[in-house]
Amino acid sequence: MEILWFSIVAFMLAMYVVLDGFDLGVGILHRIIGRTEEERTMLIKTIGPVWDGNEVWLLAAGGTLYFAFPKFYASSFSGFYLPLMIVLWLLMLRGIGIEFRHLIQNQMWKSFWDTVFSFASILLAIFFGAALGNVVRGVPLNQDGYFFEPLWTTFTVIPESGILDWFTVIMGLVAFFTLMSHGANYIAMKTDGVLQLRARTTAKISWWGILLFSIIALIATTVIRPEVWRNYTDYPWGYLFPLGGFAGLVGMFMFIIKGKDTKAFLSSSLFIVMMLCATAFGHFPNLLAASTNQDYSITVYNALAHEYGLGVGIVWWILGFVLTSGYFIYLYRSFKGKIASTNLNDHGY
Amino acid sequence: MNDAFLIDRLQFAFTVSFHYLFPQLTMGLALLIVILKYLAIKKKNDHYNNSARFWAKIFGINFAVGVVTGIPMEFQFGTNWARFSTFAGGVIGQTLAMEGMFAFFLESSFLGLFLYGEKKLGQTGHFITSILIFLGSWISGYFIVATNAWMQHPVGYALSPDGSVHLTNFADLIFNPWAISQYSHNMIGAAITASFVMASVGAYYLLAKRDTDYGKTFIRVGITTGLIASILIIFPTGDFEAKNVAMHQGTKFAAMEGLFETKQGAELVIIGQPDLDKMKLDNPIHVPKLLSFLTYNRWNAEIKGLDAFPKENWPDNIPLLYYGYHIMVGLGTIFIAIMIISALLLWKKKLFETRWMLWILMLSFPFPYIANTAGWMTAEVGRQPWLVYGLMKTINGTSPTVSAGNGLFTLLGFLGMYLVLGVLFLLLVIRTINQGPSSATQSH
Repeated sequence: MEILWFSIVAFMLAMYVVLDGFDLGVGILHRIIGRTEEERTMLIKTIGPVWDGNEVWLLAAGGTLYFAFPKFYASSFSGFYLPLMIVLWLLMLRGIGIEFRHLIQNQMWKSFWDTVFSFASILLAIFFGAALGNVVRGVPLNQDGYFFEPLWTTFTVIPESGILDWFTVIMGLVAFFTLMSHGANYIAMKTDGVLQLRARTTAKISWWGILLFSIIALIATTVIRPEVWRNYTDYPWGYLFPLGGFAGLVGMFMFIIKGKDTKAFLSSSLFIVMMLCATAFGHFPNLLAASTNQDYSITVYNALAHEYGLGVGIVWWILGFVLTSGYFIYLYRSFKGKIASTNLNDHGY
Repeated sequence: MNDAFLIDRLQFAFTVSFHYLFPQLTMGLALLIVILKYLAIKKKNDHYNNSARFWAKIFGINFAVGVVTGIPMEFQFGTNWARFSTFAGGVIGQTLAMEGMFAFFLESSFLGLFLYGEKKLGQTGHFITSILIFLGSWISGYFIVATNAWMQHPVGYALSPDGSVHLTNFADLIFNPWAISQYSHNMIGAAITASFVMASVGAYYLLAKRDTDYGKTFIRVGITTGLIASILIIFPTGDFEAKNVAMHQGTKFAAMEGLFETKQGAELVIIGQPDLDKMKLDNPIHVPKLLSFLTYNRWNAEIKGLDAFPKENWPDNIPLLYYGYHIMVGLGTIFIAIMIISALLLWKKKLFETRWMLWILMLSFPFPYIANTAGWMTAEVGRQPWLVYGLMKTINGTSPTVSAGNGLFTLLGFLGMYLVLGVLFLLLVIRTINQGPSSATQSH
């Protein structure tokens, strides 16, 4: 049961990062790749009908997390109070940025929402990376299983950590470059002409950013939390995850060079999923590691909900997942192909 | 009162009240748009299609604000009410997670197609999409109401050794009788909001002498559904709700009815201001014995007043609870009057020329919002001092590590953010109404 629900939540979060990741990436690049109002309208069209559904993976993952590991939800949401609230505000700004931009045909109105959309997307990518960084690094849990972190303290990892320190900022940059490249590959896949060329160039540049910061993050993780390697020593098959991630990274570079955008996009998806799996694998059975005293850590064993509820949950979760897969297959099929500049509205139909 | 506790409560109350201004229109309008689409297909008439397109535009704006203000609700259970989440997650985690899996995915996947994919889908396809959006929003409503209903009337659970609760009977949770009664009352309330909004816009077009054909359609559809819904909100759904409260939540019932002393043949209070020091109502106007009759169908039935309960279990803001309830019931009564008079005039084919009634209809749209908000305040203020009725007090549900200073920071942030959202929403909706339905031809 523990492993099953840990995997389900991890799967839903990975779906979130892959799917909403590309529209966050489009947001990051919105003002860089799109230079005129028309070009930016085109970029919005590439994500118009799908971004909302993508974002729901975050909500659904949050709900499932609450359902399966209530204690972890309570502890982490109250402990990460400030960054979560800031993430909420950014999600709001980003959502209305996309949905309100096209409602008034006025250059100032559109340019304002372009900036809001892009600003919120950039900060969200960094915050999500930093959040993962906090989970990897561990937090100062007390014996009741709660903690609170200010936004930053001294930017050192110990003893009184903040949300942002040198390690989590590095993780934020990994996420930033990863999603930027993911978004660029998506744009290259969905557009042609000048937008596609710019997207390919951006994908190439940000790939070096991923490589550089991933290596730094890997070394840093080993330094501050060497125990993440313990599971790999005990169960060597886990090395498949980082190897898969590496394959994704290499594939991404090769396909970008060759101009095979769809394959490049799939490679960056593979990279994201495998690196998240690798992190989760190293992290198990911890959900939230205590930097104070290892006994205070919240694990899948001490946070799991009661078995009756989980047994019922697996039934409706599978049903819900089958339905959702159907919606998404239909949605993405009805939206396949490149966006033509002749489409009349911002939603690509 | 502990400051952080007060701020947590204010933040939840503010964010949820503001949020619910939008879903009530979403859910009601989804139903009305299905009706308009159905009429368009049945009568093969583009007039109804243009009407549906016009309302879909407003629906889209409203939906977007509803979504972005809804995300903080799910998060706040953890951020500000961590001990409550630890305590109750084993039960309400079910309904909250199911809302994501069964409602949010459905709505978000088809909203874009519904709003912008009419040409691509064709008429039948578009009609089906409108039904899917309707289903998504109403399913979402059910899971949230079921969550709240469990907090009002906990069922299907057992206590775990660590002091938290866990689910023991899934069917009890999903078919909680409280949820069924609260849901039907709430959804009818949403239909009332949408009916009044639609009739109000219609009345505006008639009074402004523009888009009058559409104005007439909006009034017809708005008044037909509004009349049915205004009756259903009182009987049977409101009646059922009140009886549930009387049976299971004596303190809420006594406080909302303004009944300080237990008595046989209790009166129904229409007007009066509660004075808690003297334990009486000022300048009361009431109907003798009616409360007993409405509650138990016996004129001399005994009803427990506040004096029958220990003071520490009284709701902590009795006047607010009392007013919330009386505002809801008072407005509900006025809605019936407005709808019956409008329907009679409509039937006599006089409504479209009766300017005073059109003015009333046009100005009436804020009141269903007030009534729905007041109704929810009755439910929630009346549940106090309990967070989960009889099981956990609200003061024990907060997050232990979130300080008052950090709470106030985010509360102020929400106030600012929602002020901007509210202004933008009004700006965009007023613009859409000004552009009018005749510009809503199939440009997409």
